[in-house]
Amino acid sequence: MDAIRQRTVAKLGDEDAAYIRKIVKWQRGLEVAGRVGFYVPPLWPAAVASLGVSKILDNMEIGHNVMHGQYDWMGDPGLNSRVFDWDTMAPAENWKHGHNYVHHTYTNIVGKDRDVGYGILRMDPDQKWHPYYLGNTIYAFLLMVFFEWGVMAHDLEAEEVFAGRRSMFRGENAPVWRKIRKKVSKQVLKDYVVFPLLTGPFFLTTLAGNAIANLIRNVWTFSIIFCGHFPAGVASFSIEECEDESRGHWYYRQLLGSANITGGKLFHVMSGNLSHQIEHHLFPDVPARRYPEMAVEVREVCNRYGLQYNQGSLFKQLATVYGKIFRLSFPNRTKKADVAATSVAQQAVAA
Amino acid sequence: MSLATTILRSRAVSALTSPHGVDRYLELVNPMWAANEVRARLVDIDLEVDVPGAARVATLTFQPTSTWRGHRAGQYVQLGVELPGGRRTTRCFTVSSPDSKPGDRFTVTMRANPDGQVSQHLVEHAKRGTIVHLSQAEGDFVLPDHVPDHILFITGGSGITPAMSMLRSLQRRTHRGRITFLHYAQSEDHQIFKDELAEISQQGYGIDLHLVYPEAGGRNFSPMELERIVPGFRDVDTWLCGPAGLVNAVTPAYEGSDKLRVEYFKPPTFSGVAGGEVSFAKSGVAAENSGDNILEQAEAAGLAPAFGCRMGICFGCVAIKKEGTVRNVLTGETSSLPDEQIRICVSTPEGDCSVEL
Repeated sequence: MDAIRQRTVAKLGDEDAAYIRKIVKWQRGLEVAGRVGFYVPPLWPAAVASLGVSKILDNMEIGHNVMHGQYDWMGDPGLNSRVFDWDTMAPAENWKHGHNYVHHTYTNIVGKDRDVGYGILRMDPDQKWHPYYLGNTIYAFLLMVFFEWGVMAHDLEAEEVFAGRRSMFRGENAPVWRKIRKKVSKQVLKDYVVFPLLTGPFFLTTLAGNAIANLIRNVWTFSIIFCGHFPAGVASFSIEECEDESRGHWYYRQLLGSANITGGKLFHVMSGNLSHQIEHHLFPDVPARRYPEMAVEVREVCNRYGLQYNQGSLFKQLATVYGKIFRLSFPNRTKKADVAATSVAQQAVAA
Repeated sequence: MSLATTILRSRAVSALTSPHGVDRYLELVNPMWAANEVRARLVDIDLEVDVPGAARVATLTFQPTSTWRGHRAGQYVQLGVELPGGRRTTRCFTVSSPDSKPGDRFTVTMRANPDGQVSQHLVEHAKRGTIVHLSQAEGDFVLPDHVPDHILFITGGSGITPAMSMLRSLQRRTHRGRITFLHYAQSEDHQIFKDELAEISQQGYGIDLHLVYPEAGGRNFSPMELERIVPGFRDVDTWLCGPAGLVNAVTPAYEGSDKLRVEYFKPPTFSGVAGGEVSFAKSGVAAENSGDNILEQAEAAGLAPAFGCRMGICFGCVAIKKEGTVRNVLTGETSSLPDEQIRICVSTPEGDCSVEL
């Protein structure tokens, strides 16, 4: 894995810089086109679509990847992980802690990776059942619709607040809130006040257009992200088995704890190449456009060592994710047995 | 500031372009449009020195964006260029033209340093029209508002550029006081600004010019030599700029005097040896380099830098390395670039190293 990484990093250069700048150009272009389109009522559907696609690009191929430090080597402040902020409710600082550090370090360790259920869902049979989880499907649906708000609230650690171990607004949450307030007010002001006001008589249609563009982005990013870790066959881990973990085991956990989505080139771009979630988890700081070529080598390694390489079409993966969300609203029939593929992978880990 | 700039910098526009900022949109239309950032277009390159076997020296003329606030003679600017391979690299260069006003063109004179990617690229490969990234002018190695009657410049090598900028400003202001200009260069062929200096020295209120070439028989700096040229030099306002050797020779001669102002051109440090000292610039703490990664060494020194995964994946611990060589323990790569962002949890210093922590 280290060798694959090194070979790819050695290749980074003009091509990658030109690529990400081209994506930024497209994103900004589509954004401006969408905002302008709201002045011409017949163009409304096209304007919403344009803005929606722009927000997806900003969120996935640009925001997520830039904030992972994938383009820090370029030395461009506009594409630097320390400076960049994205067009969603979650402040970059909070997200980088919850995602880059907590999720990417402790991937799929139940009890440590807060992305397993985000503190509100039951996404793994090892999470203890509670009658609250009868609403699992409804919570998941709401999370999908309001995904950017969910991501925003992620670092408040709601489950800790409800368990009474953390104050909602004070203590550890105070600095988190401070950043949220600042960011959310800017986002709300822009999409739901200033841009609608600027279109004058079209205030309401612009407002609705902006809301729908955000909704499109929310549903899309939720779907891609849930297909990255929660389809059938993805392994989860216990805190005990990851104690004093070696670098090799860390790679092993990233590999078995992630899943890819198959698709065409445009699909990969629109998913921020998170359709290559496995490669992303193995090499989070390598520019995502390199994942498809790295995937060839990663699969070869998997074949050689008989490791499962979880991938499937978007619809297949989504179906298994929804199935899991529904099934896990209820208590396990026998421990883990109902998610057969998961336990197969866990046996592999144990071996 | 024009009306357009006022509007572009307004809170309303920044609310509309949040979170990316107005410059991220403007630059896509025209790189010379900016509301806050400073960029410049290279409009001219003039070779100053082109001796076979020696690094070429060129004066580059830049047209900055309207956001350039101007500079005072003697100041420097951080100049960033996109090098082949998609990497932007930034270095400091002294402005060589006289004082500039907002939006004014200015020049930078640089030697194509064989180890310097930026100067190599600009002198040897850059073409007119190239866009560079700039900081505003920085540095307090400048003339005071009230210029003294007698000024002494002591410069060596490329240290001549800030003095030249000041001299040109004084020429423009028709300064009538006395100016002594003492410069050390490798040889007459390597001497930049030679003709201009000769011309100025012959004008009515000219300068007292001393160009010395120690390698061609000229004498190295000595306080006695200086006393001969400028009797009572310790009472004369002096601007000194040059390589470490010259600075080390001149400084003791001024001990006890408050007339000396120094600009230090630090040579790059390439050590690559274990041991040495790791210093943390912000906190002023330093310790012997134990060979551990910089995060651990900082913690051992009692600091508490931000960190995350401690394995090089989350970028939670990125800090700026001011100088020195570090090795990335994941890739084995070493890097000696100054002002470089590094992940301190996977970087070990090779010899002396300074990190902004």
